[in-house]
Amino acid sequence: MSTIAHADHNHHDHKPTGIKRWIFSTNHKDIGTMYLVFSLIMFFIGGSMAMVIRAELFQPGLQFVDPQFYNSMVTVHALVMIFGAVMPAGVGLANWMIPIMIGAPDMALPRMNNMSFWIMPFAFALLLSTLFMDGGGPAGGWTMYPPLVLQTGKAFPFLIFAVHFLGISSIMGAINIIATVFNMRAPGMTLMRMPLFVWTWVITAFLLIASLPVLAGAVTMLLTDKYFGTSFFNAAGGGDPVLFQHIFWFFGHPEVYILALPAFGIISQIIPTFARKPLFGYASMVYATASIAILSFFVWAHHMFTVGLPINGELFFMYATMLIAVPTGVKVFNWVATMWKGAMTFEAPMLFALAFVVLFTIGGFSGLMLGITPVDFQYHDTYFVVAHFHYVLLTGAVFALMASAYYWLPKWTGNMYDEKLAKVHFWASAISANVLFFPQHFLGLAGMPRRIPDYSVQFADFNMISSLGGFAYGISQLLFVYIVVKCALGGKKASGQVWEGARGLEWTLSSPPPYHSFTKPPKVTKELMEY
Amino acid sequence: MYLNKSMTRFLTNILVIFSLLFMLSPNILNAAWGLNMTQGVTPISQDVYNMHMTSLYVVTVIGILVFSVMFWSIFHHRKSKGIKPAKFSHSTTVEIVWTLIPFAIIVALAIPATKLLARMDDTSKSEVTIKATGYQWKWKYDYIDEDITIYSNLAADSVDASQKNSGIDPKTADNYLRNTDTALVLPVGKKIRIMTTASDVIHAWWVPDLGWKRDAIPGFINDNWTVINKEGVYRGQCAEICGKGHGYMPIVVKAVPEKEYTAWVQETKLALKSKKESGDKELSMDELKSKGETVYKANCLACHQANGQGIKGVFPALDGSPIATVKSRITEHIRQVIYGKNNMPAFGEQLSDTDIAAVVTYERNTWGNKTGDIIQPKDVAESRKK
Repeated sequence: MSTIAHADHNHHDHKPTGIKRWIFSTNHKDIGTMYLVFSLIMFFIGGSMAMVIRAELFQPGLQFVDPQFYNSMVTVHALVMIFGAVMPAGVGLANWMIPIMIGAPDMALPRMNNMSFWIMPFAFALLLSTLFMDGGGPAGGWTMYPPLVLQTGKAFPFLIFAVHFLGISSIMGAINIIATVFNMRAPGMTLMRMPLFVWTWVITAFLLIASLPVLAGAVTMLLTDKYFGTSFFNAAGGGDPVLFQHIFWFFGHPEVYILALPAFGIISQIIPTFARKPLFGYASMVYATASIAILSFFVWAHHMFTVGLPINGELFFMYATMLIAVPTGVKVFNWVATMWKGAMTFEAPMLFALAFVVLFTIGGFSGLMLGITPVDFQYHDTYFVVAHFHYVLLTGAVFALMASAYYWLPKWTGNMYDEKLAKVHFWASAISANVLFFPQHFLGLAGMPRRIPDYSVQFADFNMISSLGGFAYGISQLLFVYIVVKCALGGKKASGQVWEGARGLEWTLSSPPPYHSFTKPPKVTKELMEY
Repeated sequence: MYLNKSMTRFLTNILVIFSLLFMLSPNILNAAWGLNMTQGVTPISQDVYNMHMTSLYVVTVIGILVFSVMFWSIFHHRKSKGIKPAKFSHSTTVEIVWTLIPFAIIVALAIPATKLLARMDDTSKSEVTIKATGYQWKWKYDYIDEDITIYSNLAADSVDASQKNSGIDPKTADNYLRNTDTALVLPVGKKIRIMTTASDVIHAWWVPDLGWKRDAIPGFINDNWTVINKEGVYRGQCAEICGKGHGYMPIVVKAVPEKEYTAWVQETKLALKSKKESGDKELSMDELKSKGETVYKANCLACHQANGQGIKGVFPALDGSPIATVKSRITEHIRQVIYGKNNMPAFGEQLSDTDIAAVVTYERNTWGNKTGDIIQPKDVAESRKK
């Protein structure tokens, strides 16, 4: 197989060289690579802001930054991590993997693919430039609640247009993925044979298309409130500040699953590979993912239980929120059942995937607790919430992305990564992330609100532990960069199959795959996809 | 085999890390650490705590079950043990069972939660009504039936210690960042209705011991209630990001017996009255400056900074600013404090004539501002009339 692929490779490998290859690229693999590199850079930019936050919180008193700058760190850290690191990493993986997983020669809309990537560096240039302006960056939280966000100075229009551009970029990416998956599958690649990663991404793409225009509308209303005298969110003019929160979270909650669903897909690829056993309950995985996606549009107000909703509204959103635990539980049970009676090995991707299952579930547990409205009145806006969403987003989404990087690096580069170092990276990350975020549960329960630059001395000890964990986690990620660079530059050659237990079209290609792959559609059989 | 070795390594690492942490934090053995939610001092807060513990136990048990199966599998179903992987890929029965069980658990949790929420929602038959208004960055409390209005600022020793690199150990400040100059005094054993609202941006009023928090939203009023069972001082703080001073607007509730509460109400009414009347008195430069410093710390410092320099691009400097130095602009200076400008709130309602006279005098005679201008309460009263 790999020799055939190589012949193919030589024949079709016409590509522009130098910088033009990247600027004008319409190749899904190159664009995927650019997305992934971009997201890694943003991960470190956002991460360095987290380091500023943890340094300031290392002990009580104000040591390093003033409160306004602290607030802008909290705000921009979130925007960078969500829109700059996790979402683009997901799109990058989709670009790289979806065509070769479904046997397509490229994405359906290659030029739009190029545009959706190249919007992003400009959008982030807009956003990050505000940190160097008089008055500093946006400092009202990434949720941009009015009236506070309307007090933002020169940074305000930059924030709004950055969000607009990022939204446009994501919507184009989503359209591309939907068009690709519905039109370009190889013969025999039926919907219910598609790898779970492809399924979760299609569903994610629909979430993006449905939710991002809503965010764009919300921030546009902010813009007109600030500069054109409208009063959408200004009570004095007959508006309602809470209206913004409803609109924002109608986007914001699906957004949570936009970050999480591709991670579910990644884990559903990796666990069967290393358990050498088919994914348990494939069909129920697909249905569970779809249920989560649909339910995610009916739970938004659980982010705003304390705004003073009528009790019937609070009950509705409490029930709907708790209901999400059912399909999420199904997914976790399916992963565990996939491991059950398998023949497992524990390479770095599997370690990250296992840690994902445990730690994401812990984040799910605190999520269920937060969904119980009367108790949420205590949890809301405390470090308990901070711990919760970092468990689902860092030890959840980011761990899944790390798992995917190790899983597919040999496929992308043709070289095996350094397994020993990768394991060190795993253990360092897994331990430090827990030292970082677990004590934050205690801080929240003990009464520490989130988004404060300084705190009462009773919170000092857990904050110090959390900060130490944070620094350790930050340093550990440098190791990841080293491993990736080392792997890209050379190392033991990887076979096309790479992993003994891997199944699916991408493993029938050489490693690295030819620049243009599947120019003739492969024939997909049941046997190829299963065990 | 590999995992066993790395498991040992993992456990050793954890031990090392935690022993290091123990050495770093001398307080750890004093058991002064808050680990869990407070049970609070109201019937509701006790129920909230119980509901919290119930859900915590439920998820802990589920977690132990699921993770045990997972780790059993990790240790036994591994390639290094020569296991041949099984082929099964689904089981409809099992899948239905593990969809229904979580559903049943959720229903079981939702029932008591619904009842509790209904009780929390019932603000009827309250005996005392308070309106808490959030300002950037302080709380105003109106005792609706008593005609009392008090403002509650961060205590002065916390203000000093919280300045960047103040050199003051936060431990030496009384309840650092959780202490105010004026407490909200409430009677024990009475149903108290607490309405929350705000004047500028959204804040959230939260005292953990009362068992809830509620947003304070400009233009809207939220309704809440509490019955405090135990005398004592209960502390909390603003829980919704509200700008630069978000971490610096604490809440202190002082719960006292009814008799003491009635006495406090009378006393406070008298004090507020005499404060109003003292507006006719002439004060000396020194008196004005020292009073002005206190007012400045509580109201102006968060934005304009201790050194009067403000923050470039956000909060204008007062030091050397024409409005605070040019004689012909004294009235404008006073009026800006009374009525506010752009993002600056209006202080006319919260500060007395004497306070405003003092702080304006202070601002015109501190840092590099050496105008020698003395502003008297009657000047402020005059400005208000214009």
